Amino acid sequence: MKHSFGDCLFKWGCLFCAAMALLLLFGFFAQLTAGSAEAWRRFGFGFLVSSAWDPVAGKFGALPAVTGTLLTTAIALIAALPLAFAAAMYLTDAPRPIALVLGHAVDLLAAIPSVIYGMWGLFVLVPLMQDHVQPFLVERLGLCGLPFVNRDFNGFGIFTAGIILAVMILPYICAVMRDVFVMTPPVLRESAFGVGCTRWEVARDIVLGYGMRGVMGGVFIGLGRALGETMAVLFVIGNVMKMPDGIFSGSTTIAATLANNFPEADGLQKSALFALGLILLCMSFGIQSLSQYCLRADAVRRGSR
Amino acid sequence: MKKRGFLFRKSVDIAVRAFSALAVALAAAAMLWIFWELFARGGAALSWSFLTNPSKPYGIPDGGVANALLGTVFITSGAAVLGVVPAVCAGIYLAEFRDTPKLSAAIRFAANVLMGMPSVLSGLFVYTVMVAPTGRFSGLAASVALAVIMFPVVMRTTEDMLSMVPYALRESALALGMSRMRTTLLIVCRSAGNGLLTGILLSLSRVAGETAPLLFTALFADSWPTDYFSGPTANMPVLITEYSTNSPFAAMHAAGWGAALTVTALVFLVNMTSRILFREKHHGN
Amino acid sequence: MAIKAKAENLNFFYGGHQALFDNNLEVEANRITAVIGPSGCGKSTHLRIYNRIFELYRDQRAEGRLMIDGVNVLDSGVDVLELRRKVGMIFQKPTPFPMSVFDNVAYPLKLHYKLKGGELNDRVEAALRGASLWEEVRDKLKSGGLALSGGQQQRLCIARAIAAEPEILLMDEPTSAIDPVATLKIEELMLELKSRFTIVIVTHNMQQAARISDFTAFFYKGRIIESGPTGTIFTAPSNPKTEEYITGRFG
Repeated sequence: MKHSFGDCLFKWGCLFCAAMALLLLFGFFAQLTAGSAEAWRRFGFGFLVSSAWDPVAGKFGALPAVTGTLLTTAIALIAALPLAFAAAMYLTDAPRPIALVLGHAVDLLAAIPSVIYGMWGLFVLVPLMQDHVQPFLVERLGLCGLPFVNRDFNGFGIFTAGIILAVMILPYICAVMRDVFVMTPPVLRESAFGVGCTRWEVARDIVLGYGMRGVMGGVFIGLGRALGETMAVLFVIGNVMKMPDGIFSGSTTIAATLANNFPEADGLQKSALFALGLILLCMSFGIQSLSQYCLRADAVRRGSR
Repeated sequence: MKKRGFLFRKSVDIAVRAFSALAVALAAAAMLWIFWELFARGGAALSWSFLTNPSKPYGIPDGGVANALLGTVFITSGAAVLGVVPAVCAGIYLAEFRDTPKLSAAIRFAANVLMGMPSVLSGLFVYTVMVAPTGRFSGLAASVALAVIMFPVVMRTTEDMLSMVPYALRESALALGMSRMRTTLLIVCRSAGNGLLTGILLSLSRVAGETAPLLFTALFADSWPTDYFSGPTANMPVLITEYSTNSPFAAMHAAGWGAALTVTALVFLVNMTSRILFREKHHGN
Repeated sequence: MAIKAKAENLNFFYGGHQALFDNNLEVEANRITAVIGPSGCGKSTHLRIYNRIFELYRDQRAEGRLMIDGVNVLDSGVDVLELRRKVGMIFQKPTPFPMSVFDNVAYPLKLHYKLKGGELNDRVEAALRGASLWEEVRDKLKSGGLALSGGQQQRLCIARAIAAEPEILLMDEPTSAIDPVATLKIEELMLELKSRFTIVIVTHNMQQAARISDFTAFFYKGRIIESGPTGTIFTAPSNPKTEEYITGRFG
């Protein structure tokens, strides 16, 4: 059968739209590379390890923002990961009506706009951190001796940002983990219980082992969100462009630096900001690629069973 | 062989299960806490005049959020107008045309990566291609930035929804002599219609509250959004940001909470509508 | 002959739906008892009471008594972890755990016993030998359990079940997903194992029941219509329903 002209046009139109995904991705890289060319020319790879940020002297380095990004993300993951796993475990085992209601409650966290998290962080969490949580952690629990823990109780900083990020990414990781739990073949679970496992042993040794790649995919998705989150972090991190003394210090992240400084920047500073953007893009591209790889490998394995 | 006692294993199991109940309780409590603060602090600011008056600089009485609300509606609808059709077409390509599997895989990969891209980068991108060359911030640029964020989401949802339509339906339509285009648009898309609509509404509810890209594109203005195509445009997320971070005044903070409650209500209205739509479809079958 | 397990007036419910009615059955020690009947008649349901695996599902409930060694295992005081060590189970499909061949067998050992150094290796080898699998897997102990063939996977599951030294083995249609040659191997294995364990096997294959079992129970619509020595059931059933099923007139 010969394809009509209309069909042909339709197909090519659709193809063009679909190809836009590739073009957009390429465009992101191209635009940030072009925008940051001047900064790379001026500072070279030293940009990555320099902690200077002095618009007057024209000296810029990525280290403080990258450090802040990595630290906030690390805190978010450390806090969210066990909670998300445990919550997923509870929600898959709980009686149906309870699981339904609580599952929706957790899902709702994902629907709240990030700027609302920012406000909640700024007006509710920051004072609480400053007056109660940070003094408690440092003085009562005596965490002062630990590395990265400093006495700087103003509520703003890496720790507070990390906690908010943890709340924000928890529903995403939890959703992926619930899928993994549910997709474990019932007969595999039963045979694990059949040899005398407790529920926790089944979750740890069988379900986690079976869906490891899926879980990793979920972790990477959460990681990607935490890396690039802007508003919630911007409100509470303090926006200080220098290397932090510890996790209670004010700091900044790449995304927060972009949002905070871009409007007033020009010339070399703008180029340095584009360079930061490129670093963020490369980081999230790497993470998303990894998560795609993990999730696909998991799907292939399940399909082959 | 020496038997192991059960006491330790059972205690660990009970501890872990207690922890997992606690984890869910914590997540639910965080949700309730955020909403409680929103209602307690935002509810106080809400009033008829707050919702119908435009925003005003600090010190001038009777400021509201009407212009920002309208601006957000403009920007979000603009994103839908710009983004939905290409995204649905892209999804159709992935689901219906299977003669280029390698290209489709590459496109799918790109879409998945784009979905996880930080939204701030989309703002930066649109700034470079639209704002910098013309020297003008605009609501339209903000719509484009949000459309870029929506695009991969709607595209993948479309593909998923169309893939669920049984293949026999396509074959019987094609066997009747319908063209490929008519089959896809009239038969396949229509039978997946509710799912598509749900996906589109969900992605709209997500971008309606997006803030970071707007800082690079729409900025803010205390005027009605008449300059949507050519100048800074009022919108809710940036209003909230400005009022809460750039102002020391309690009155502005209160207005910020009022705006936060309003925008959250808007987001949830769209979100819930889409979920109910989807559920009706499922029960209807 | 000693009675190992005894079902007394067992009733079973899926929510409001009753699936088993007043089941009474005696299972003799070191014998193979086959449970036969048309599909949906409750044979698997009956089997799943012995190790209380049905308790994983909230809406399932058993009433009556199931005595193992004179103890009612349905009593709330009975420890399910210990019960499930004592009563191993093999499922329809092979279910290797997502770990290596060695770890699959070592896993239940580590759960239930304190083992020193080489003891674990010896125990794993003994279990694999007991399941006639050792010669085939001795060179791939470190590879994943899924890398084995279907029949080997099922024997791996048998090795895993016997490693923890159970006393009863429950087999829920263990050969239904496996080719005829591998099935024969598993049947031979069962005949060897009955000197050490009491075996209850659910099967839809009447030839299999006739070949390997010492006793047979015929289930129909949740009731035990007839039970007794396999020879009697297959040659001179007392209930006409049993005869109809045995001769293939329904089911």
